[in-house]
Amino acid sequence: MELLYFGDKGWGDELFFATLMTIAVSITAMIIGFIFAALFTPLKLSNNKFLNSIGNAYTTVIRGVPELLVIYLFFFGGSGAIMFVASIFGYNDYIEINAFLTGSFSIGIISGAYSTEVFRGALQSIDKGQFEAAKVLGFNKYIYFFKIILPQMLRLAIPNLSNVWQITLKDTSLISVTGLVEIMRQSYIAAGSTRDPLFFYSFAAVLYLMLTFLSMQLLNRLETKYSKGY
Amino acid sequence: MDIELMISSFPKLLNATLITLKLLSVSLILGLFIGLGFAILRMNNNKLINKFAYGYSYIFRGTPLLVQIFIIYFGLGQIEYLRTTFLWVVLKEPYWCAIIAFSLNTGAYTSEILRSAFQTIKPGYLEAGRSLGIPSKIIFTKIQIPIAIKQSLPAYGNEIILMLKGTSLASTVTLMDLTGVAKYIISTTFKPVEVFIVAGGIYLFMTFIIHNVIKYLEKKYGFQT
Repeated sequence: MELLYFGDKGWGDELFFATLMTIAVSITAMIIGFIFAALFTPLKLSNNKFLNSIGNAYTTVIRGVPELLVIYLFFFGGSGAIMFVASIFGYNDYIEINAFLTGSFSIGIISGAYSTEVFRGALQSIDKGQFEAAKVLGFNKYIYFFKIILPQMLRLAIPNLSNVWQITLKDTSLISVTGLVEIMRQSYIAAGSTRDPLFFYSFAAVLYLMLTFLSMQLLNRLETKYSKGY
Repeated sequence: MDIELMISSFPKLLNATLITLKLLSVSLILGLFIGLGFAILRMNNNKLINKFAYGYSYIFRGTPLLVQIFIIYFGLGQIEYLRTTFLWVVLKEPYWCAIIAFSLNTGAYTSEILRSAFQTIKPGYLEAGRSLGIPSKIIFTKIQIPIAIKQSLPAYGNEIILMLKGTSLASTVTLMDLTGVAKYIISTTFKPVEVFIVAGGIYLFMTFIIHNVIKYLEKKYGFQT
């Protein structure tokens, strides 16, 4: 147990900050995922064949390829791509991108593909009459989307989004391969220096279980809040 | 775009695909048995057994697969007692550690899929079986299991695809599966995009095949209830 002491003697504080890092990466990735979903959901619902195929390609490729491979693509290719763009603007020095950004971005792209599917499903299951009624009543675009469509969509989407959150949270363990110090990486370091992998990896499992358990409690509350009146 | 690299890395990646497929098929078969076992335990009326089965699936579904592999591969070797038993022959091989982790993981998901399939079977089928005087063992194997398999096909298809992606984690315990070889080629050539296209293409091809086989099975065994 003294392995978990805070301060110089134990790994308690390191693991605590690593847990915060995992939470930070998951939330950032989830938000990046929402941005991707906001871009690609309209494409998937579009009647234009070309736009539609772009949307489908995104979700099919990302959901069909292992997360680890996507992470390697951005980890090894990310700075190259940014340097290429920078070189167009005449900047030729080596640019190293932050592990946090690469990690959140790659997990975000993955989580975005799942979110896109969730939003698409939710939008499609809203009663058609709602869209028509809102249009007929002459609401402007802001009220049409934010006051009528979005609340109904969220009610349908939140249960599935909490699944996406779980997937995203667990996927963040994979960015430990890029060296970002989150739970998994910190346990790896601690296990290496104390030669007690069984304890530290089991403790990591406990931390993940705690995170999934607590976030499920919060999300269930959100779910009841949004399904009021149904 | 380095087309030459893509062509030259294709046979290497294809070779590694064999390991990926081996890992996938072995762990799916083992996982199916584990899943069926725990699904049966979940439907047991004894609260303790029920809680145990629920705990198993909760723990394995609530933690990342990577942690599970690391506990089994790095962690279990630490227990001195295990090193003296025959289990050590299995546990010192990364291949078997990966398979144990994958089977336990997919077993947890499969048990949930099967449980919900069993629970959605209409009670009328079982009552009909009972009133015809069929012994409960035969009701289970000849009525409940076939219906449950049919009902769980779509969800199980998703689980197969998730597991295919999960096998990529074998590369973290030194196994040279498709992702492992892809990473090796990327880190020696620094051409991530080309390798990603080839390796990703192989994965997508496999997902495509699995998806269509499941769709075909669904159609073949699908029935109206």
